[in-house]
This record gives sequence, structure tokens and C-alpha cells, in this order.
Amino acid sequence: MSEIFETAAEDCLDGTDLDMSRCENLLAGLMAPEVDAGELFFQRERQLSWLLEEGKIKEGSFAVSGGVGARAMSGEKTGFAYVDDIAWDSLKPATAAARAIARSGASGRVAGFEKESGEPIHSLSDPIAGMNNEQRVDMLKRVDAYARSLDPRIVKVTVGLHAVQESILVLCSDGTLSGDVRPLIRMNVGVIAEQNGRRERGNAGGGGRREISWLLEEHRCDQFAREAVRLALLNLEAVDAPAGPMPVVLGPGWPGVLLHEAVGHGLEGDFNRKGTSAFSGRIGTKVASSLCTVVDDATLADRRGSLRIDDEGTPGQRTVLIENGVLQGYLTDKLNAKLLQADCTGNGRRESYSHLPMPRMTNTFMLPGAHEPEEILKSVKRGIYAVNFGGGQVDITSGQFVFSTTEAWLIEDGRPTCPVKGATLIGMGADVMQRVSMVGNDLKLDSGVGVCGKEGQSVPVGVGQPTLKVDDIIVGGTAH
Amino acid sequence: MPINSLDQLTAPLCETGGELPHLAETIIAAARRKGVDAAEVSISKGAGYSISVRMGEVETTEFHQDVSCGITVYSNHCKGSASTSDLRAASLDETLDAAYDIARYAQPDTCHGLADAALMAKEFPELDLVSAWPISLNHATQLALACEDAGRRLDARIVNSEGASLSSYGGRSLYANSHGFMGETSGTSHSIGCALLAEDEAGMRRDYWYTSARRAELLDPAETVGVRAAERAVARLGAATPPTGPCPVLFEPEVASGLLGSITGALSGGLLYRHESFLEGSLGEVIMPAWLSLVERPHLARAAASASFDTEGVQTRDKYIVEDGRVASYLLSSYSARRLAMETTGNAGGIHNLILEANEYKNRSALLAQMGRGLVVRELMGQGVNLVNGDYSRGVAGFWVENGVIAYPVQEITIAGNLRDMLKGIAAVGEDADPRRRVRTGSILIDSMMVATPESL
Repeated sequence: MSEIFETAAEDCLDGTDLDMSRCENLLAGLMAPEVDAGELFFQRERQLSWLLEEGKIKEGSFAVSGGVGARAMSGEKTGFAYVDDIAWDSLKPATAAARAIARSGASGRVAGFEKESGEPIHSLSDPIAGMNNEQRVDMLKRVDAYARSLDPRIVKVTVGLHAVQESILVLCSDGTLSGDVRPLIRMNVGVIAEQNGRRERGNAGGGGRREISWLLEEHRCDQFAREAVRLALLNLEAVDAPAGPMPVVLGPGWPGVLLHEAVGHGLEGDFNRKGTSAFSGRIGTKVASSLCTVVDDATLADRRGSLRIDDEGTPGQRTVLIENGVLQGYLTDKLNAKLLQADCTGNGRRESYSHLPMPRMTNTFMLPGAHEPEEILKSVKRGIYAVNFGGGQVDITSGQFVFSTTEAWLIEDGRPTCPVKGATLIGMGADVMQRVSMVGNDLKLDSGVGVCGKEGQSVPVGVGQPTLKVDDIIVGGTAH
Repeated sequence: MPINSLDQLTAPLCETGGELPHLAETIIAAARRKGVDAAEVSISKGAGYSISVRMGEVETTEFHQDVSCGITVYSNHCKGSASTSDLRAASLDETLDAAYDIARYAQPDTCHGLADAALMAKEFPELDLVSAWPISLNHATQLALACEDAGRRLDARIVNSEGASLSSYGGRSLYANSHGFMGETSGTSHSIGCALLAEDEAGMRRDYWYTSARRAELLDPAETVGVRAAERAVARLGAATPPTGPCPVLFEPEVASGLLGSITGALSGGLLYRHESFLEGSLGEVIMPAWLSLVERPHLARAAASASFDTEGVQTRDKYIVEDGRVASYLLSSYSARRLAMETTGNAGGIHNLILEANEYKNRSALLAQMGRGLVVRELMGQGVNLVNGDYSRGVAGFWVENGVIAYPVQEITIAGNLRDMLKGIAAVGEDADPRRRVRTGSILIDSMMVATPESL
């Protein structure tokens, strides 16, 4: 769809002293005989956020940023420099600096450009232009009033709205010439409930590559408020979580953060190319129970983790990571695909022009199984039903990962009986995946608030899964 | 760009004066012309580089340069902010307009505004934070290679590497507001780090080490960093499983600083006025043993977090945050202070060097002996710290201690408790603090926490 490319190129180059032919000239400046590939990544981004607190629109902020990252690759070596200023005079020395990893000499070759022409997978409309500030502010006030009206124990409501419009343009000496326009919105509702001196928090939210008005459709923002209130009130009743190994049933949707941590990061191509992941060299072997099929899918319409093209201009795709328990492949960017002698899966992502791309997840989820969720709960005599989580973390080398519950219940005789306090669950990725003994038929994706951090770079991601049961995982509670 | 001497990249940024003060004045003047009640501007510029090597080869060479400008305006107690990475006049005008436009839609809050003029910093002690590193690209690469090589050669069980890196960064930032205050700070930061993998029949284990300082001559030798990373990775091999149950827990300095961060987080104004802190209303209350104090020292020469004024221009001062176990001060900005009917403590933007003081500091073997049987925490995982109620549950990698000595490494276990009990239960503090870190604390021994392991109760 060259229309997207034209729009992106115009967004990135408008008002600068650069046009396509000068960009190509700069790209040539990145090349030297030992340079395998040179790349220029242009980005311009505008962000708007509003914060409502204590019933008032407390503050808003607007940020504009833009720049260019210049990268030269030679075997496993990478030279990188970036500028905050999209201008010839700034870029020229940056390309020379990036090229310095290779000895200087006559310029290497730039292949003939091939303009990518994929179809859009989300709206291109600018969410910052879509609604005026008055309407946005009114929406936040409505959510606040609604949350307060739900229960007198709600003593504090915070509503945040964040909208980004990003345009990127990628030129690479391998002939890549791609551009994209990426809107992204998110609403977060946080409440504090108080009862008899005890205070608990509840958070909910959602978003995607959409316009802000989507939050008003089907009363989505009211749903976020209801969910945040429900969580806070529930946690007022929570008892100490148990400690030690036990069966855990994970709810559908956001608990898919399990997959993101337990297997997703460990399957990123950079770690596997270097042999530093617990999953290194295990393609074709069984790394999970045969009930597990896990995919990473950038092509889902409108999702937070979706990418029409990645940050290297490779079209986003659906990649099967684990099929019926057997490891199928890794997530790659161009560099690691080449070094692994594998296909590039379109997972090269970067936080911004000032960061180097690396293999990252997009939307990662497990496909549904055969069981009714109730059946799965019924199969547990005593254990934990974990429905909501905060963040997680993984040590990809040992495979040890954690994630922390924000809504969890004690299961007694097949029924969730009482809520338990937040607890960390810990396990070794492959061990835990082998212990998945039941998979539900209720696949759900998260509501669109996920942020993944790796080596200091944050990118938006999605996760999902059906209800599933892990026979044995360690619950980090305090109760004896 | 001739890249023979890398300090050329960072050195010019550390000079004061030049165009930044003029830019800030221009923005404040333009804001006044728009009729706002008050305005503030922060501009920062930085540059640096990092070199990464892996398995004896150069992997990446990165050159950084960052610019940003943030503008905040206040109009009838309404606040609006905007920022840009483009310092050209037209872009700065648009940024000011955007901040002004946002303030029009925000609602009035009488607590908004600049910090009081009387509190603006007047003393600017020499903090000695700038020292460019005169090193060539080639020499920097050699140091990183030497770091990794020393670690890889230490032990045959070191089978792989995530690499070693060297980085050097210099930056200056300027803050100005419509009181007429203008302050500039600059600083450098240099570091060398290394991450290595050890392997045995049970699998691979990773660990890392780094050294970081304002001046290159204060860094540990590159080889020492590599060796330490290797020792730490090898020490993780041979993990076994202790039983689930309560026991004493020793936080090593690198994780003890996070524990102190939970206290300062819970004493920060933002959480206090939002009723989101388990330490709300704790001023004067005993939260730790009486032989412990937490002190902020903002003016230490060459220290990681030194500053003579905070992000609102307020003079920073030495102070007790916890004195003899009692909460002595909250950590407030002007906004949170007004919300709490108090005065700002000069902590807008955070804390400037935090130090844990004890009446006695013990060495490692004394700490282990005192512990007897329990858990040493080397690494914490996950976000299971709830500052609203103090509930604490984290993943751990570390060591099991029997009879006062390390028995074996452990992983796949959790610790849990409540921060209130944990702080009161501090039983001893180690002498192993690193004075170059922004939080200076030795190991912290806590009398009892719940430990959950793969072995049932």
C-alpha cells in the first residue's frame, strides 16, 4: 500500500532539507567494502497525555520527538549513531561514525530499492487529531464520576489517557524502502478502596492501534472503571496467600504474560544465536506439554502489539513458536536471521531511532484447547486460581521466570473460595510448560496495556491465552 | 567525524554557559508575553558512546547524542506541559503553544505552581562531577576485551558470554523559571560491565558485574570486573532446594538498595497525598531499629546523585529521612508539600545520595554466623512490592546458609512478608557498601521472612 509509505515519508521528511534522493545519498555514505548492510531509520512521533486525579484534570502534556538512527553492519559487528535532528548536516557525520566499525574505503553497493506494499492492518487516523481536548477531558471526568458512583469505599480514582502518533521510514542497502504510520492509544484507570483502615488498589485499562473514540464505544471506558473497582474491593477481602508448590489455574487473557516470560523471551533470536538462552539449540525438541501451541502474531487487526511492518521494514507475520509442545523456531530480526541462517520473522523492533533494533515479541498467545474453564477448576482439590497479574520477569539463561498476581483465589474442592493477597509465582520456563495439563477453549487476548522491557528498551506488546492449568508451580505467599 | 579521542564527544557538553541559558531566557520571556502566571523550562543535552565486545570480538559501537527541552506553564493555577527534542526556534514556539493550550483545558489546583522564590538555591558548591575520559576508541575496545577475557579465563565452567561493554557519557542540564532562577548542572558517568555464563550438567547460569563512577580513575580495573562476573556466575552452579518455611534473610548490597528504595518510595509526597503509601502519617513513628538512620547527602563530591538544587530549583540540603529508627522527613516536591500543608524538602525529582547509617557494621562472616541458617539474596525478580499496604513477594536467586556458612546456591524460590515487619526486623548491617553508588548500603539482615521453595512444608 504505497499510500501508507507516501504518508510516512512525508511525515518524516516534511520541513527538512532532505528528500528521497538525498536520503539515498546518505545511505550510500554508510557503505564501505566490509559493510554488509547500511540502514537509516527515520522517526517522528507526537504524544499526548492527560491525567485526571481527585476529580480534576490535573495535568496534560504534549511531546514531539524525532530523529534518525544510522546503522552499519559487518558480520556480527554493528556501528550505530543517531541524531535528534533530521537534517543533512547532522546526518552526514553520523553515517561516518556508524561506518567506523569497518575500515573506510570506496563505498559499498546499495541494492535497487523495492518499495514494500502490504495492506493496512489498522486505521492510520491520528488519534491526537481525532477528538478535541474538551471531549477528551469530558471523557475522563465521566469515567471518574462513574467509578466513584460504584461504591462508597472507593476513596481515590486516577484516570490516564495516552495517545501516540508515530511515523517511520526505513531505507536499507538490501533494497528495503518502507514506511508506516502507527497510532496507539491507552487508557488506565486506577482506584484505591478503603475499609476499616485497610487500603487496596485496583487497576484496569485498555487500548490499541485505534482512535480515542474507540474507548467510548460499547462503554469500554466504563468497563475499565468497573474492573478497577471490582479488583480493589476484592482485595479488601484478600487473605494471606499460601507458600510452596501447588496446582495453579491461570485465567484467560492477560495471564498470557506467563507465555511472554516463560517461553517468549527465551525464543528471541539474539539469545539463541549467542547460545545464551535455556532454549538454545532445542528446535524440534519437546519444550512444553503437547497441549501447548504458542504463536507470535503481528498481523492481528488493531492490536497494541501489531505491526504492519517491523522497524526494519520487514512485513509483520504470524510465527508458530511451539506446536503441540515442540519448539518450531525463534523470533528474528534481519541480523540474527542472517547469523542463524533462518528466515526473518519480522520481529526487529526498537524503542526509537536512538536505539538499535533487536528481536522482540508482538502479540504472543497460546491457541485454545478442548476443556471448559469450569472443568479445569473442578479438577483442582487445593490450589490457586490466578486471574490477573502485574508484570513478570525472566532470566533467559536459566529459564527462571516470575510473575505477580493482582487477583488470585484459593481453590478448594474445585471451586474458587476466597481471594488471596498478591503473590509472586516462580518457575523454570520449560519445566512449567511441560506441566500444563489442561488447556481451555476460551482463548482471550489482553485489553491492550502491555509494555515489554528488554535491555533498557520498551515496546508495546500484546499477550493472550485460554484458561490453563499448571500442575505444580511455586506460590510465594506468607501463610503456613 | 574523527573518532580517535572519544572524550572530544563528551567534553564540550560539560562546559557551562553558551546558548542554553539564552534559549531558556527566551522561552520564559515568550511565556510571559502570553500572559501566564509562571513558567519553567528544563533543557538537557548529552552525548556519549558505548562499545560492546563479545567472545573476543567487537559487537557494537554506539554513539549517543540527546537533546530535550521541557516547558511547563501555570495559568490561574492550571498546569500544562510540553516537550520537544528539536531546539530550533519554531519548534520551541510550538512547544510553548502546546503547553499553553493544555493549561487551558486543565482544571485549577491551588497547589500547582513554582516552588516558593525564597527556596531557590543560592549556594552552588563545587560537586566535581565532570571528568571526561581521554581514551581512544581503540583503547576503550581493548579495555572491554580485557574485561571479558579475564572473566572467561577464570574458570573452565565459564562457557559463554553475553559480552563486556564500556560506556562513557557526559551531559548538562539547565533549569530556569519565571522567579528569575537559573541553574545549570553537568556531569560525566563512565562504566565497564560484563555478563558471563557458567554451565554444568544442570544447565547454564548467568551473572554480571559492573563498575561505574563519575571519573574514570575511580573505576575498578576492567579485569577485576570480568573476574567478579565470572565468580558470580560459577557460584550459581550446583543449586539445591531448601525447605519451605520462615527463616532469616540477608539482602546483599545490590538488592538492599532496592529495599531502602521501598522506604523512600513510600515516604515520597506523591504516594503520601494520594493515600497510596503504607507509611502515610508515619512522621515521628518508629519504623526501623533505633540503631539505624537513613541520611540524604546531596553535596558529596564526585558522587553519583549529587546536586545543589532539585528539579524545581529548590536548594538541596543534608537531612535525616529516618533518624534513630524514627521517620524524620518525608520526601516532598512543592506540589506534594502544599497538598500535605508542609514545605518542600527539595526532593522534586528524587533523592540525592542516600546512605544507611548504623551504629555497627559487620563483616560478611559475622553476618552469616548471626544468621545461622537462612537465605542470602543475590538477585530479586518481579514487581511484587505493594507500597499501598507494604505486602512484599519476590522471586529470588541466592544461597542457602547452614551453620553460619554458605551451603549451596538456590533458585526458583520466593520470599514474602510485609515491609513494616521487614524494616523493624532488621537485625544487622554489613560493612560492604560501595561509596560510588547512589544508594550506599551494606548487606541488610532481616530476622525472618517466609521462603517458598519447590519442597513443600
